[in-house]
Amino acid sequence: MTWMSEGTRPAPTGISKILHINWSLAILLTAVACAGFLMLYSVADGNIGVWARPQMIRFGIGIVAMFIIGLIPLHFWRGVSPFAYISALLLLVAVEFVGVTGMGAQRWIDLGFMRLQPSEVMKIALVMALALYYDWLDPKKVSHPVWVAAPLILTIIPVLLVLKQPDLGTAILLGGGAAVVMFLAGVSLWYFITAGVAGVGTVAAVIYSRGTEYQLLKDYQYRRIETFLDPSIDPLGAGYHITQSKIALGSGGLNGRGYMEGTQSRLNFLPEKHTDFIFTTLAEEFGFIGSSALLVLYALIIIFCMSSMLGNRNRFGALLTGGITATFFFFFAVNMAMVMGLAPVVGVPLPLVSYGGSAMLVLLGAFGLVQSAHVHRPRSS
Amino acid sequence: MKNGSTNKDAASRTTRRGLFVLGGQLVVAGVLGWRMRQLQIQQSDEFLLLAEENRINIRLIPPARGLMFDRNGKPVAENKQNYRIVMIREQARDPEAILRKLANIVPLSEQRIARVLKDVSQRPGFVPVSVIDHLTWEQISQVSANAPVLPGILPEVGLSRHYPQRSDFAHVVGYVGPVSDYDLANTDDTDPLLQIPRFQIGKSGIEKQMEKDLRGSAGTSRIEINSLGRVMRELSRVDGVEGADVQLTVDMDLQNYTNRRLFGESAAVSVIDTKTGDVMALASSPSFDPNSFVLGISGSEYNQLNTNEYRPLYNKAVSGAYPPGSTFKMVVALAALEAGELDPSETFWCPGHLQLGRRRFHCWRRGGHGHVNLHDSLKFSCDVFYYETARRVGIDRITEMARKLGIGVRHDLPMPAISEGLTPTRAWKQAIHDEQWLVGDTFNSGIGQGFVLASPLQLGVMAARIASGKVIVPRLVRSIDSKPVSLAEPEDLGISQSSLNLVRQGMYAVSNERRGTANRTRIVAEGMKMAGKTGTSQVRQITAAERAAGVTRNKDLPWNRRDHALFVAFAPYDNPRYAISVVVEHGGGGSTAAAPIARDVMLQALYGGTPPLSAYPKDQHQLIEEQREAMPKPGEEMRIVTQSDRA
Repeated sequence: MTWMSEGTRPAPTGISKILHINWSLAILLTAVACAGFLMLYSVADGNIGVWARPQMIRFGIGIVAMFIIGLIPLHFWRGVSPFAYISALLLLVAVEFVGVTGMGAQRWIDLGFMRLQPSEVMKIALVMALALYYDWLDPKKVSHPVWVAAPLILTIIPVLLVLKQPDLGTAILLGGGAAVVMFLAGVSLWYFITAGVAGVGTVAAVIYSRGTEYQLLKDYQYRRIETFLDPSIDPLGAGYHITQSKIALGSGGLNGRGYMEGTQSRLNFLPEKHTDFIFTTLAEEFGFIGSSALLVLYALIIIFCMSSMLGNRNRFGALLTGGITATFFFFFAVNMAMVMGLAPVVGVPLPLVSYGGSAMLVLLGAFGLVQSAHVHRPRSS
Repeated sequence: MKNGSTNKDAASRTTRRGLFVLGGQLVVAGVLGWRMRQLQIQQSDEFLLLAEENRINIRLIPPARGLMFDRNGKPVAENKQNYRIVMIREQARDPEAILRKLANIVPLSEQRIARVLKDVSQRPGFVPVSVIDHLTWEQISQVSANAPVLPGILPEVGLSRHYPQRSDFAHVVGYVGPVSDYDLANTDDTDPLLQIPRFQIGKSGIEKQMEKDLRGSAGTSRIEINSLGRVMRELSRVDGVEGADVQLTVDMDLQNYTNRRLFGESAAVSVIDTKTGDVMALASSPSFDPNSFVLGISGSEYNQLNTNEYRPLYNKAVSGAYPPGSTFKMVVALAALEAGELDPSETFWCPGHLQLGRRRFHCWRRGGHGHVNLHDSLKFSCDVFYYETARRVGIDRITEMARKLGIGVRHDLPMPAISEGLTPTRAWKQAIHDEQWLVGDTFNSGIGQGFVLASPLQLGVMAARIASGKVIVPRLVRSIDSKPVSLAEPEDLGISQSSLNLVRQGMYAVSNERRGTANRTRIVAEGMKMAGKTGTSQVRQITAAERAAGVTRNKDLPWNRRDHALFVAFAPYDNPRYAISVVVEHGGGGSTAAAPIARDVMLQALYGGTPPLSAYPKDQHQLIEEQREAMPKPGEEMRIVTQSDRA
């Protein structure tokens, strides 16, 4: 860290740190979470005890945790990073053996007071480990194949474990977050271009191999892809959820059908209405005004986090903030794209809004790290 | 200590890439926003419609089926409240235990319990499943009283068809039954009502033919449903249109009497108003109880009806086709008179047969009738006279006259399988049998045998047209939905009064002159005199072997090879009101088997109730009284007794 000490003034210490917390970010997060409480109350037909109250309690715990984490010096978190990664990895392996499957594909470990999903923890731990790695690595070596292989291995092991669960959504989030950290760290563009071309090539090979001797996927897998591309092929089967979701969104119109008045969610046409598909209820009941307002809130969170990152000359802090922001971004972008029929239904909740303990606590913990990086950033004199 | 400039480079690269990442994220957010706009603003109307379609289901309210009345407004088909029990699984919790409890109150067979359990397991828990139909009010009250220990069991009231006249109107009114897959596959009717499970539609008789009028149209109830189809609430309701009531021309009392008078014989009767064509009675015996079809007839019961040799399910009155025998002689006589081939005063010599080449055509009376003119030919029913007359007129003119009088043409009553009968022509035989028409064929046709076939309805129409001289068209429906069916003034037949009068006088002689074939069954009441004609039609030729063995009489033959007995008549002779036809299948002689029935039914019609004994010849009073005693009582269901049962 000494390379940064030139021309900077010391980071705040003690109680005065509180003043340096990124309050705008805290307010934005609270606003999004409040939208979540509102919707959870609505989808439970006005019953606060079902989802809204537990969610509020978790948010309360989470936001306090965020402040505490934010006030702890960043170098502590830097030192914790390897252990965080290793314990998350061990938990992921353990969950294979002792975990319980529920709510689709995600596996959890019952801790008694809460259900811990190791894959949620890993989203943050991976970003921490990679940020630490690039902070440690000489910037000149970042594009050397050997030094590219190491973070790839760090990423691929948890991705494979998560895919095995199978949880495609979390795998995308893990891979996406890791890729952004590597990109920000300065890994040569050629790697990304090569990966992109390889990806497109694979997709082309899969599509064009259909019906030939060398067909790469099974017929049913092709049908799934077709159903994703055009849900109307199978409106009562695989395409049902996405069709109903689009109907809910579209019927909201500009102003929405009114709070607690959405027929699609009231009458159970929407699947997973308190988790993955909660955005459709919001869009149905508050219309374009409501859904675009939520999108603006999310975009503001991204902008505030990224501007914090851009102003942070601590490499670990910057990469950590960028990685967490990217993970958060993939969270809501994949979820929204999914319910709007732009992406396949992969099972990603809407961050801070969907009902779910692990995700809420882990996210707020992650924003605690962002706060810590923000509070303890080196400052220009 | 690392190289400062490298670190600076790395830091500025991270900043550049950070800006790039932020830019990319905002672009994606922009795409999401654009998609929201597309779905929620541009296509919002379309999606709103889809959401409404999701939410709203139209449920049909079945209309009450139109009722049927006789000509005096007495009900012959009505809707009865049908008490039934349904079960809702999610309220019952343990359906089997509940059904066992229920079985203590209402009769539930093991099979039914098994079927209900299967039904409930296949449907969503909130869907009511029918447990048992057609319960009595007492049973339903008992179930209601036990409601607390029978959760999920609900008594319901619906409408079900009921035929209070039971078998007496079965062939006229027909019956309804639940719509079947077969029905749906064979109809182009798109009425959504047909999609209601177990919706009752007409399966036979007027119920079937006038289905459109009787059914009415469905009301609709717009209901809000959730994704499982559970009804949340009713949004609005449009009442349907009840089915139109149908009033028949049939007189219930006469119809009842006619059925009872037939004593379950295999027979058919038609009574037609000679002025309007109103069908006053149309009986086919034996009959069946249409209510058992509504309730769902058992396989064994149906088999019994279907295999009975008296064919109770078959509407003999309109679907049956019988050789008319001597009742066809009026047709031949009128054809000859109108063609100028027969002088009323001309006499023929009847030696008991007529030789044609090597073949001998017998008169029914072996010894012959001697000198016979037109009047006597009808009175005695001389066959030789009609062989000769038919030869003179030729088959084509006979057929023309038969069709004019209503035989060989289809009378359009609202009933299925109406027989056209058969009136042969030369061309017909050539086309169907690929044979030339022979003089022998004309002889046979001249006495209503051979190819000629007629239904009891057609014979009744013939009698009505001879009596009135008008083109009487039979009709069965008097009014639909209280609007009378218009009645056109019947046209003139185009047969001269003199010819008609000669034939009518001959028919009068049959019944009223001594030695007339039906003189025994005359009516003696003044102003009620009946004019008729007997017929005995062969179903087979008596073989040479049988003749040799001495089997020449009907009684020696098995039932189904005996002659059909026929009688047609109209009355009163001087001012005809009703025409009647009676066919007793394999009944033997027309004068002994058919004519007495015709007289009793005719008197019943003329008097509008039980006639006084004085209408009968004095020497028969005791016999008639005994017969009245022996008759089934009104409302008593007749057991079908067949010839083989009697044997």
